[in-house]
Amino acid sequence: MGAVVGTLTMQTKQRTTSRDSIDDELEMTMVSHRPEGLEQLEAQTNFSKQELQILYRGFKNECPSGMVNEETFKHIYAQFFPHGDASMYAHYLFNAFDTTNNGSIKFKDFVMGLSTLLRGTLREKLEWTFHLYDINNDGYINREEMTEIVRAIYNMMGKYTYPALKGDVPQQHVDAFFQKMDKNKDGVLTLEEFVIACQEDETMMRSMQLFENVM
Amino acid sequence: MAAGVATWLPFARAAAVGWLPLAKKTMPKPPVDKSSRSDEILYVNVSGVRFQTWKNTLDRYPDTLLGSSEKEFFYNEDTQEFFFDRDPEMFRHILNFYRTGKLHYPRHECIQAFDEELAFYGIVPEIIGDCCMEEYRDRKKENQERLAEDTEANEGMDAPLPPDSTSRERLWRAFENPHTSTMALVFYYVTGFFIAVSVIANVVETVPCRPPKGSVNDLPCGEKFGLAFFCMDTACVLIFTFEYLMRLFAAPSRCKFMRSVMSVIDVVAIMPYYIGLVMPENEDVSGAFVTLRVFRVFRIFKFSRHSQGLRILGYTLKSCASELGFLLFSLTMAIIIFATVMFYAEKGTKGSTFTSIPASFWYTIVTMTTLGYGDMVPNTIAGKIFGSICSLSGVLVIALPVPVIVSNFSRIYHQNQRADKMRAQQKVRMARIRMAKKGTTNAFLQYKEDRGIGDGDSTALCVKNKSAFEHQHHHLLHCLEKTTNHEFTDEINYSELCMTESVGFRTSRSTSLSSHQGAQNNSTGCCPRRARRRAAMRLANSTVSVSRGSVQELDTLHFKTTSIPPQTRSSLNAQCVNLKLNCGNPDYTAAIISIPTPPSNTPDESPPLSPVPIPGILRNTRATAYTHDTVKVSSL
Repeated sequence: MGAVVGTLTMQTKQRTTSRDSIDDELEMTMVSHRPEGLEQLEAQTNFSKQELQILYRGFKNECPSGMVNEETFKHIYAQFFPHGDASMYAHYLFNAFDTTNNGSIKFKDFVMGLSTLLRGTLREKLEWTFHLYDINNDGYINREEMTEIVRAIYNMMGKYTYPALKGDVPQQHVDAFFQKMDKNKDGVLTLEEFVIACQEDETMMRSMQLFENVM
Repeated sequence: MAAGVATWLPFARAAAVGWLPLAKKTMPKPPVDKSSRSDEILYVNVSGVRFQTWKNTLDRYPDTLLGSSEKEFFYNEDTQEFFFDRDPEMFRHILNFYRTGKLHYPRHECIQAFDEELAFYGIVPEIIGDCCMEEYRDRKKENQERLAEDTEANEGMDAPLPPDSTSRERLWRAFENPHTSTMALVFYYVTGFFIAVSVIANVVETVPCRPPKGSVNDLPCGEKFGLAFFCMDTACVLIFTFEYLMRLFAAPSRCKFMRSVMSVIDVVAIMPYYIGLVMPENEDVSGAFVTLRVFRVFRIFKFSRHSQGLRILGYTLKSCASELGFLLFSLTMAIIIFATVMFYAEKGTKGSTFTSIPASFWYTIVTMTTLGYGDMVPNTIAGKIFGSICSLSGVLVIALPVPVIVSNFSRIYHQNQRADKMRAQQKVRMARIRMAKKGTTNAFLQYKEDRGIGDGDSTALCVKNKSAFEHQHHHLLHCLEKTTNHEFTDEINYSELCMTESVGFRTSRSTSLSSHQGAQNNSTGCCPRRARRRAAMRLANSTVSVSRGSVQELDTLHFKTTSIPPQTRSSLNAQCVNLKLNCGNPDYTAAIISIPTPPSNTPDESPPLSPVPIPGILRNTRATAYTHDTVKVSSL
């Protein structure tokens, strides 16, 4: 009989502790983050006040708590690529945007990233891209990192492509890329190598027009 | 794709920078965004309540009214805002949908009003958020059920038959709805009486009567007065058989009828008698014969045709089938468990009544339903403990599904009450609509008379208080008259015309205009009294049938050519040429166009006008109402 009562009390104890953690979680999610003032953001980015206002209104509407975590980010990004699996690329993007590395993107991160990409100089854009490719943030892009990125991009295409993906297309793509970029053939790319090689690539320079009219 | 994702599109496009170094080909040129990116505030005025919102908010859903260019139609240049003449309370919810992406259903609003608003703004109801979707669906289903009931009640039994129904259809209708004719009512009560007689006879014949002389034992009355009971039984069965055969004959779909519950009950009620007749007086089969007699009690179910309450009960039980099934199943489980336990608990004791597990079933059932006959009682302590647990759990198990059944019954019962109330209200509503229709008819006829008097373009003494709508409406009817070369009139004049027509009809036959109803025209069909009565009845019938469906119905009657020169009524008898009336017209009604006018005042007898040279037969004998403004109408 005592054993029965004992087990019953133990059960209730466990339940209370789990309930506490749930309450804690709720508390955390209730906290909302506010960005710095409009002036500061205007100073730090290349956007005008109106543009910042529009961006913030959209951001706040989607994320009332003021911060985006990785799951939400992946979900949002996946909506643009319904054919394939965009989660890997979204993961790398998230890390690239999350400059403070605390697992959530706040409005400031969001807007700084956008500012660099849309209104920054060519060098800034290339630096941002390098930062995106450099998964482990050691200052070098090696083949493995590049392969990861390329695979993630090809995953977004999905299964049904024309012509069909046969063989290890990502690997071939990476090999071609490294051939083009790696000047000193040491198997890794430094920032300088990357920037110079990109500037020499005419195709890429012409494609930079991609960023016109985005905002 | 959710519209909110549109916010993130610039971000996704910017993130495409990651692909650039890898791309082997040049990227295509980006689309030129013609619209200015700067956001502006739009003003939306809904019945005076001003809402303001960003243009981007509304653009989120481009396939709705507010998100597309359709809203340009509602733009008011003077006030620089979009004006909608709709409910501002509902608009709040609509606008919230644009803002938050979730459509909520306000619980206090009428479901139909909400649906209409959604339809107006071009929003499909399927996007209602999960939080409100269930409520919305429930309300919608309830509303649809109610509408289905109403239409069923409308077009159901109370509407009179079309005149060209076969005798079979009439018979069927008489059976289904006894109130339609006295014969049916009589038959209804007679069958009810005989059912009662039959059931009582069944009951009484088992009562022990005093034994006849020379015998000791009590005899059941059935055997003492065997002949009398047999005769009564025969009579009842004959009536039931006759009724069944009549129903079978009249049924529109014999197969469906034979499969219906009531018909099965009928058959089961009368079969034992016939089987008993054909079966020989054999000892072997008499046992089976006795069983058959039991089926005679099913005659009591025939009462369900007569009682609505019984039908509701039956319907409730049918609709609660799952709950009843659950109840049965759980009871069976419990019975088996407890019976087993009790049997093994009481196994050892001497003289125990728990001889086997099936024998313990009886104890378990009696205990669980708290009957407790006491014919089987546990003696051991363990038996008593489990017996008490059994009775306690019995209360629980039985109490659980009962509220569900009760609530179902109450819901169905209330629905039925509502249906009956609706039917009663319907009659009042129809009467009101008829009054309104009469009012508008007479308005038009009055207008014609006034117009005729004034000879087309009268300088009005005082302009009638007729709305522009009425003016245009009457003008339209006038155009119709001119088109068909016939005129509108009302039923009294029509029947009078019919009367006068029959006198001079034979000679004017040759000059009859052809009409598709002319075939029925003959002088006997224009017999004055009969025609009037028939006409009146048909009028009553058709106005009732007119009440079905939409309010606006245009059943015209036209029966006079306007080519006849103005003549007084007295000269009509003499005039036989060119006079043709579609007296044999089987279905005519007064020109009834109902517009939402208030019902006219109490009818007052208008003084009959002198025979005025109107090109028509508008003799003013109408005892019908007309508005109290005696004004002339200026020509339209």
